Amino acid sequence: MEIIKRAIAGTLESSDAYVEIEPNAQGIRCELESVVEQQFGDNIRGLVEEILAGCGVKNAKIHIIDRGALECVIRARVEAAVMRGKGE
Amino acid sequence: MRRSMLFIPGNTPNLLINGGFLGADALIFDLEDAVSPDEKDAARILVRNIMKFMDLRGCETIVRINSIDTDYWKADLEQILPQKPRWIMLPKTGCAADVLTADAEISRLEQRLGMEPNTVRLMPLIETALGVENAFAIASASKRVGAIFLGAEDLTADLRCKRTKGGAEIDYARSRMVMAARAAEVDVYDTPFTDVNDDEGIRADAEYAKSLGFTGKASISPRHVGVINEVFSPSRKDIEYAYEVMDAIRQAHEQGRGAIALHGKMIDAPIVARARQTIAMAEEMGVGKAVQHEES
Repeated sequence: MEIIKRAIAGTLESSDAYVEIEPNAQGIRCELESVVEQQFGDNIRGLVEEILAGCGVKNAKIHIIDRGALECVIRARVEAAVMRGKGE
Repeated sequence: MRRSMLFIPGNTPNLLINGGFLGADALIFDLEDAVSPDEKDAARILVRNIMKFMDLRGCETIVRINSIDTDYWKADLEQILPQKPRWIMLPKTGCAADVLTADAEISRLEQRLGMEPNTVRLMPLIETALGVENAFAIASASKRVGAIFLGAEDLTADLRCKRTKGGAEIDYARSRMVMAARAAEVDVYDTPFTDVNDDEGIRADAEYAKSLGFTGKASISPRHVGVINEVFSPSRKDIEYAYEVMDAIRQAHEQGRGAIALHGKMIDAPIVARARQTIAMAEEMGVGKAVQHEES
């Protein structure tokens, strides 16, 4: 599945995550801003890569601003951004 | 047991993840009025993930989808049904045909997902003059319908009158809904009380709804949940009396007596039925046995 346009999902509110996705020529490039970056940064990046792989996305640039979101919320916001970015 | 049902906006993670801690018997994840049109897609994905991964601490899940006159409702069901919600709330239900339309789509998805037929129940939300007039037809349209729910805000807009705290403008609708639901043998839920800061008002409104025969009441604020649970729970006196009734019935059967009296009053079938309902609810609340032991 190709990301064909820039798309956004989520908000900057507490317990949410703001996710921005856009096309990328080669591979996945993940940028993360999170208050728990030091402790959970690697976990969150791993989760995002797993979700993108699950959606069949091989090339994308993704920027996440995490406001203390639980895993299920990050999943939902990344899924929504992917769905919007592929043009649905 | 479903005394209180708390509305949770479907695109608000902070409220969705905490829903199970707010004391309500059921949570209504709202994909309709609480979600703007450009966020419908994200909300249904979020609710699906919350239902899949969050422990809701035993709360029943109800999902209010968008009405069948929109482009959203089928996508709502596609996303939500795989998580097996206990209920789908169908807003703006105006007639039996609306129920059958939703029922057919849910049946199609249940079959595709390998679910038992009628796993997911329907709770039509009646919030138009047409819906109120068709309440019995709606409540009895399908075996999938297990309850009906009155929405007074949209109803009063449809009636072209003001919504007041006293609620005289919805008296007819309330009575008609209760009558229709009981005739169709389904549960019936009252509209939320919308003044979040009026603690006396919510109590009076809930007590009035209970006195009319409503099963429970919805809320838009966690602040109202405790009062609603209290009002729609049987009192200690009710529970004690229910056990006395059942004890009197048992003793009469043992002694081969037909007519049974308790405290000078005849015990007939409706009293026994009410006692059974009270005991069942008390036991579900976890207080039945304690009261029974103290009483004996």
